[in-house]
Amino acid sequence: MYGRSGLLRMAALGAIAALVAGAFGGPAAAENPTLKIGFVGVTSGPAAAWGTSNVRSMQTRAAWLNEKGGVTIGDKTYKIEIVTFDDQKDPKRAIAGMEKMAQEGIHYVVGPNVDDGAAAVRPVAEKAGIIYFPYAFPKTLYTKPASNAILGMVASYQSGPAIYKYLRDHKGVKTIAFVAGNESDPLSQRDSGVAAAKALGMKVLADKDTYETDTRDFTPVLTPIVKLKPDLLVLSGVAPANAPLLIRSARELGYKGLISTETAQDAQVLKEGAGDLADGFISVGGASTPEIRSATMDEFIARYTKMFGEYNDESNTKVYALEYILDTLKANPAAIDNVEEFKKTIDTFSAPNPFVKGNSTLHYVGMTSFGQKRQVAVPMVVNEYRGGKFVTLFVGSVD
Amino acid sequence: MAANATPDRRSMEQVIANGLYLGAQYALVALGLTLIFALMNVLNFAHGQMYVLGGFITYWVYGRLGLPFVVALAASAVTLAAVGAAVEVLLFRTVIRRSVREESTMLLAAGIAYFLDAVILLLFGEKQRGVPKIVMGVFDWDNLIMPYDRILVGGLAVVFIVAFMLFMQYSRPGRAMRALAQDRVAAQLMGVQVDRYSMIGFALGALLAGVVGGLLAAITGVNSGIGGPISIKAFLMVMIGGAGVVGGAIAGGFVLGMLESVGLTVLHSYGDITYLVIFAGLMVFLSIRPQGLMGKPWG
Repeated sequence: MYGRSGLLRMAALGAIAALVAGAFGGPAAAENPTLKIGFVGVTSGPAAAWGTSNVRSMQTRAAWLNEKGGVTIGDKTYKIEIVTFDDQKDPKRAIAGMEKMAQEGIHYVVGPNVDDGAAAVRPVAEKAGIIYFPYAFPKTLYTKPASNAILGMVASYQSGPAIYKYLRDHKGVKTIAFVAGNESDPLSQRDSGVAAAKALGMKVLADKDTYETDTRDFTPVLTPIVKLKPDLLVLSGVAPANAPLLIRSARELGYKGLISTETAQDAQVLKEGAGDLADGFISVGGASTPEIRSATMDEFIARYTKMFGEYNDESNTKVYALEYILDTLKANPAAIDNVEEFKKTIDTFSAPNPFVKGNSTLHYVGMTSFGQKRQVAVPMVVNEYRGGKFVTLFVGSVD
Repeated sequence: MAANATPDRRSMEQVIANGLYLGAQYALVALGLTLIFALMNVLNFAHGQMYVLGGFITYWVYGRLGLPFVVALAASAVTLAAVGAAVEVLLFRTVIRRSVREESTMLLAAGIAYFLDAVILLLFGEKQRGVPKIVMGVFDWDNLIMPYDRILVGGLAVVFIVAFMLFMQYSRPGRAMRALAQDRVAAQLMGVQVDRYSMIGFALGALLAGVVGGLLAAITGVNSGIGGPISIKAFLMVMIGGAGVVGGAIAGGFVLGMLESVGLTVLHSYGDITYLVIFAGLMVFLSIRPQGLMGKPWG
């Protein structure tokens, strides 16, 4: 029927068709359903770094998974789509964002980033059947009767006591002073820090000093505190934008003691903003340091950097939430559109942690703090900033 | 040395020094805002964003490209002057021609502020940025600690303020702009080119924002989200000193700097009530003297 040249032509056309199908998505790819995962948090304003590191972590991981063909949950392979909403750190907008997620039929949302936003979205999430992963610490979000929120990081009331105890036992810290931004998150973190320090027998020299979070020059704020000469100065709930400014002001005023915080920070921001003055600054991270992170985490950092130009160290913690959502759905595919199924899986869920070396697992914790498992198990890596990068001071865990 | 000073004496001298330093930078921030208001009766809500843009230009030129700080500061000044001139010619001039309602320019200014916020975030990212110190070391005298870079920046702020005042007082464009500020119609009748000097005035106001943004990038760094808070603080200073009065902006800056410094020291044990007290005091003050320290009741 066909001559040799005709067969060759047909073969060439077939190859071109296959290439085109591969390039633009063939029938198999087109059939892949999309799994939408939401983000509601702050990606603009002074605290933009918190939410932006969330969004970019999710987008990097989703692009990577999609590139590998998608995520298989049950008998279907899904393409992951990240739907984002900037709440501008405003609880009213956070509610609007969560309502948007509900309208789009999304059942799993990462965020919000702050206490009041996380508390504000609770009724919407519970009514619409949404599981959300806030980076906010109020215990009422995670204790019964609440059941839809899962804390996406280590809380300050979990890391603070561990840090203070370590510094008391290893660095001889006896006196402590707190300074916090005048917002609900830093103030509640300060209060829990003060309680933890007192419980450890430390003398609290200052526990009322606060600053407006848009302060640019902290010298007047720190002048009276530095005068008290505490062994440890705690920057409660400090935003990454403010940490180097506070450190620099304290050091330039002659403060010689230790400085710490319970929030995640970025080494590059500390380097640019405070330079060597930030050496010795203690903060908390996830898969932060080369000593503990896996090859997968290294590749994640490389891909993030390629996509967005610059990595953000806060993503060492923020990388986890999407992984927890997807792996829990893999463990129980019925949860894909039914959060009650997701909740049933939480108690027994366990999967390998791809971001950390060794036999670490992804699993849910929180029994001690919340009476139910409503927190992701992120390694509590306490870092010390030194010479432009973080080094591991010690690694703890939360139960 | 420092141990010989009594704590209270040391505190007081430190507090005054902190207040003067803050006052100098605040005054420079407020100057540009009040100049634009005086010339055009425009409340430039985008002033803080212009400050941020100036800071990021200095960050890139000095911090990333490694060029001298002076070059970076000049780059911030020139760029912001160009931005200011463009904003006046392309946007404000058109709106002022077409609308006599003051809220039109206010809405335009707010729109520009949001636009610049978004552009700055896209261009420079979400992270706090800082640059290497321009001068190393700390001045540590009996009763006072002050890093040399703060002394230098405070001094430069004062130099810029004096230069600005001399320019306004003695230069031809300065006199023209003062005439415009006093009576726009009369100035026009006397041959002052209103469009030209409105553009120069807006460019000069934006230039001042860029210069102070660049200066302070060396001390406090810069991040994309601080434009709004900077604008609010600048408005506060202008309200204290008197809207549209150059001397008032300077006075407002130093008053606010000193109030902040004293309040944060004296009231620190009561929590964060310094700004509460400042705002409460400002309400009382404005109810007694709504035109501010140096403003005129008739505008």
